[in-house]
Amino acid sequence: MRKRSFFGLSTPCFKYELATDASASPVAIPAPEQVTLYIKKPFKQASSTLKVGTPVQTGQRLVLNENDDVYAISSVTGTVCAMAPFLADYGNAWTAVTIKTEGNEVIDPEFSAAAEAPSLETLTRFLAAGPGEPDFAPLMDERNPVSTIIIYGGNADLLIDTSLYVLKNNIEAINAGIEVLRKATGIEEIVIAVPEESVQNYSGHLDARIQPFSSQYPYAQPLMILNSLTGRLPDETGMASLGIHFLRAESVAAIGKAFSTGCLTIEKNVTVIDKQGVKHMARAKIGTPVAALLKAFGVEVNDQDKIIFGGPMTGNAIYSEDLPLGPDTDAVMVQDKSIIPLYSDYPCINCGDCVRVCPANVPVNLLIRFLEAGQYAEGADLYDLYACIECGLCSYVCVSRIPIFQYIKLAKYELGRTLSAEEMNEQ
Amino acid sequence: MNSKKTLIVSHAPFWHDGSGIPERSYHTIIAALPAAIAGIAYYGAPALGVICMAMSTAILWELLLNRAMRRPITVGDGNAALIGLLLGMMLPASTPWWVVLVGTFLAIVIGMQIFGGIGANPFNPVVLAIAILMISYKGHLDFDAGLVNFSLDFPTTSEPLAALKAFGPAAVEHLHPLDLLMGRQVGGLGSANGLALVIGGIYLMIRGIIRWEVCVSFIVGTYITAMLFNMADPSRFADPVFHLLTGYTLFGAFFLATESTTSPVNFVPMLIYGTLGGVMTVLIRNIGIYVDGVIFAILLINLINPLVDKIRPKAIGKVA
Repeated sequence: MRKRSFFGLSTPCFKYELATDASASPVAIPAPEQVTLYIKKPFKQASSTLKVGTPVQTGQRLVLNENDDVYAISSVTGTVCAMAPFLADYGNAWTAVTIKTEGNEVIDPEFSAAAEAPSLETLTRFLAAGPGEPDFAPLMDERNPVSTIIIYGGNADLLIDTSLYVLKNNIEAINAGIEVLRKATGIEEIVIAVPEESVQNYSGHLDARIQPFSSQYPYAQPLMILNSLTGRLPDETGMASLGIHFLRAESVAAIGKAFSTGCLTIEKNVTVIDKQGVKHMARAKIGTPVAALLKAFGVEVNDQDKIIFGGPMTGNAIYSEDLPLGPDTDAVMVQDKSIIPLYSDYPCINCGDCVRVCPANVPVNLLIRFLEAGQYAEGADLYDLYACIECGLCSYVCVSRIPIFQYIKLAKYELGRTLSAEEMNEQ
Repeated sequence: MNSKKTLIVSHAPFWHDGSGIPERSYHTIIAALPAAIAGIAYYGAPALGVICMAMSTAILWELLLNRAMRRPITVGDGNAALIGLLLGMMLPASTPWWVVLVGTFLAIVIGMQIFGGIGANPFNPVVLAIAILMISYKGHLDFDAGLVNFSLDFPTTSEPLAALKAFGPAAVEHLHPLDLLMGRQVGGLGSANGLALVIGGIYLMIRGIIRWEVCVSFIVGTYITAMLFNMADPSRFADPVFHLLTGYTLFGAFFLATESTTSPVNFVPMLIYGTLGGVMTVLIRNIGIYVDGVIFAILLINLINPLVDKIRPKAIGKVA
């Protein structure tokens, strides 16, 4: 928990972590005894291709049924030892596949055959479950053609080193990835977004336009970058409506590496932030349980501590040390129970700190009154709910300790549910 | 897949800057204390009695209402104590105990709790209570009548604003601004010492607890309006410095107009709100029937607060 300064006239200001030459090379985490991978599809009892006991190879596509387009990439060689339904955040139902590792690693040959000629189909078929979890669907959507790909070099949250580290140390792979993307999609306009202090590290080496953004939080949130480039925020159809698509630097590096070596990347860089706030860089197989990762750095987790996937402002708290590292987990942060901030049910006293700190000019003090009363539609219509870029600064400064960010997420979720229910009724 | 350890799960953000309502209240109390202590130094034990009575009864009323309405006990946040202190500081040192009791009832119960407690009051509870007291118990709130038995070594033994209203600027010409600033004037027991109030106000401003825009624009509004009146007819209207240093002006600027619930949060609305408060204060003093206009001016700007706060910057990403 960061403290408010004695002089409270200025609004709190955070800087993103910047890439330094001194950053240590990542610690390789040894392959764990078992890995858990998520296939983002509800689990049905009968899976035609995966059962307990099915042998899998490293880099193999794991699908629940033939011809499924939702898959996971196995990061180890071994046998499936458990399959279970998994309830992810916001009520998403997925399937958790646990694989028991065996000694020698065998690489699945399917991708190397397909890697000869880069195409969108190959990308969609093999790389969508890789590091950074790139989404290729908007690139194939013909109704909303994408004209610009933004490679997102900064980190969306504080304390995280991952993205800039990858960008700094994998320039060749990223160049190869950019080339693959150009060939596969035909999109010429590829922009790399990095914090302005880091620009000189990259310009000239990369085959794309470098777009600096402010290194002050939250100006590197994807929505904030989008707004600074276009002056708009996406409507309900997503970023595709603006013709811009975001990919993380790590995804692009993974794409470049995969096509130049013929092997899929099954490892992921992760920043581990321990209880004292000290950062470690790790490189682990996707699906490694968090416990194995924390053990490597001697981080002890006790009852009532908090483990967070992602940074302190926008991450997700997880409920068990056995949960695995996902392809999009950039950081794992551990908080001691003594510093976990608590929220309260006090009403808003209209102090205005949230309004002054909000980078999106949302009238938070008025919005929260409607959200607390459950009037989500009014909040969206009158008080700019959808201008919120979800940086969490309002909750961070709230004097009444109202869980403002939580209410905003809830409102967006509930409105989304109502809208989809209405659409279903219309059909 | 579940381990034995129980982890805390919550939604982001996982940091908080550590601010809270108790800190705000207690820092405001600390900022108000110099002026209160100066008042006790001038008026002695009766002043101390009024302040103690006001703070304790305010806390008791809040506790009683919390109990009666079966709501969580909120006296610990310091807001009731703050309201009691501010109310006590605005009363004359001679106020009888039952007037103080009624005053804190009006502030805590009528001004705040019946609307739902902290954050829900449409008017500043202290100002509302003083306004009702001023109208209901005119004699007890009359500083000249109340302090008649006190031996004060002030340059004037009548309230400057009352003297101005009754006899015109000539009657207050002999008052030196320095005396007024140091609190050597008849007035509220804690609201007359300008220097202590300014120190407390600046402390609150740099701590970011009150918004400087509101106090500065309130003072500027008062000054400019008083200056215009004075320029138009110096024989009928006092000079602006006199208006700044007498009555509740500085107390209102730093401690009353800035009450967070009833004041706007956006930049331009804060300026409008404060300036209008200052303008109304001088208008009521110079052409109204009341001696001091601060109370009614603040009630008035409390009323326009929701309206002016609609002037706000456009949220990002809005095309239309």
